[in-house]
Amino acid sequence: MSEIPSSLSALSRYLATSKISSVELTETFLSRIREYDSRYNSFITVTEESARSAAKEADSIRARGNNVPALCGIPIAHKDLFCTRGVNTTCASRMLEGYVPPFDATVVERLKTHGAVMLGKTNMDEFAMGSSNEHSAFGAVRNPWDTDRVPGGSSGGSAAALAAGLCAAATATDTGGSARQPAALCGLTALKPSYGRISRYGMIAFASSLDQASTLTRSAEDAAWLLSAMAGSDERDSTCVDVPVDDYRAALNNPSAMRLGVVNDWLDADQASATAIEDALLVLEKAGHKITRIDLPRVALGISAYYVLACAECASNLARYDGVRYGYRCQDARSIEDLMVRSRSESLGAEVQRRILIGTFVLSSGYYDAYYRKAQQLRRLICEEFKKAFEDVDILIGATTTGVAFRLGEKSASPTEMYREDLYTIPANLAGLPAMSVPVGMSSGLPLGMHLVAPYLEEGRLLALANQFQQVSDWHTRTPAIS
Amino acid sequence: MSIDVTVLEKLMRLAYLAPVADDTSQAQKRALKNLNEALSLIQQMNAVDTKGVEPMAHPLDIVQPLREDKVQTSVDREALQKGAPELRDGFYTVPRVVEEDSER
Repeated sequence: MSEIPSSLSALSRYLATSKISSVELTETFLSRIREYDSRYNSFITVTEESARSAAKEADSIRARGNNVPALCGIPIAHKDLFCTRGVNTTCASRMLEGYVPPFDATVVERLKTHGAVMLGKTNMDEFAMGSSNEHSAFGAVRNPWDTDRVPGGSSGGSAAALAAGLCAAATATDTGGSARQPAALCGLTALKPSYGRISRYGMIAFASSLDQASTLTRSAEDAAWLLSAMAGSDERDSTCVDVPVDDYRAALNNPSAMRLGVVNDWLDADQASATAIEDALLVLEKAGHKITRIDLPRVALGISAYYVLACAECASNLARYDGVRYGYRCQDARSIEDLMVRSRSESLGAEVQRRILIGTFVLSSGYYDAYYRKAQQLRRLICEEFKKAFEDVDILIGATTTGVAFRLGEKSASPTEMYREDLYTIPANLAGLPAMSVPVGMSSGLPLGMHLVAPYLEEGRLLALANQFQQVSDWHTRTPAIS
Repeated sequence: MSIDVTVLEKLMRLAYLAPVADDTSQAQKRALKNLNEALSLIQQMNAVDTKGVEPMAHPLDIVQPLREDKVQTSVDREALQKGAPELRDGFYTVPRVVEEDSER
């Protein structure tokens, strides 16, 4: 399974020195997908033909020699939430089954411009709502480390595909932890950048003030490569900030001594996670960083504010799915109301409908102040608590999740039990701060993740620390046995 | 505070959703249970005193950027309407919206 290197920089060198062509590389991944993906169900759509022609084009560009883009010929997968021109984009929902966008999302466009080859669209929790990838209209995704277990969600397909070696890197999105939590459960590195760092144009909306495109890669170095290609202002997304993009690859160089704030609540996880984090802290201390312990009581309540705000925003964003202009339309509608009600009710999954109802409730008159307004106020307090903490520390640290990947069906009895998977990841979305998850250990053969949060627009700082950690540890190099 | 059947039915009307399964009472019971559990999680917010705090809608303090007031071509209509469920002369067709005797 490992005749080809796994890092993007090594792959790029192989391609540059003609050790392998993009056509051969792409074919390798396509045949792996064909052979192994039935075990994981990580892809919804595999774009074999267009991948082959994109690979061929990449090889010609390389042959011509001038202006070879950074990711030229490297095969990646896109979460099926990014619009791809001419290619099915479903958000893992019956509502968008068969929907073919007439345009590319900015993220897709940019990675294409940088030469990446798209292998296909990955499975996910429907409309990005979930933490296990069990809420997909196209079947659950299985964790390559143990196929009885979940890969996490909502970017479970991207995580499983990468962990199983079915692509070189993958895009994901993160609204409450949907890139970081699957990364932790699958032994991968995830980077959710600052809100507004990457354009959301063409990224099908769940919660507009929380959603952010993210990277799923095997290392912080690879994350820097992808982020460099994806980040930057876009006049088609008015929430995309017009701030120059840092040189993330340069930022990887050894960071100066940092003050690392361990959030005590974020260690309230199973024994293995807590131990793994403590071991990592020793490694980081040895590398010259200073560890302090802090409490963030407002941040700890982020999950409550999140489920008000995310649900409210999703109720609004998903109102467009009414069977009129595109997407699923029910049969034999008796009236316009019947058409809309049945088109939605027959095609939207249970979790999606649940969140729409919660959102509708918190926005309805009589409850708006007690819930929606209150949550917005708590959001401000959380942002302020983070700001204050960052006066004394440079990066906040903890466990990404409370434990390892759980079994399929294990958390289905109670939706709120599932919601707690994102307990530690949610606050960074509320505050719009950049955050990463990096592999930090193993427990009974399953990966564990360490969570890092930095101040607004300090992705470089995160990447530097994560990269340094990955030079003195090897958790991120572990891969599941695939045979 | 908890959500009862009356509130649930109102929410479903507002959200343009309706039960599709045959056994609607079972589905309704489950829906109520799940919604009220979510509500308990949400109500943990009440532990925090937010008196006088300015609500925050958005993590960024930004102003809506404006573009030049110049006519631009938009997207190709044919491409946009390609996947429409029902189309006639560029219009999306739906059951009659305005009825003589409306039941609403």
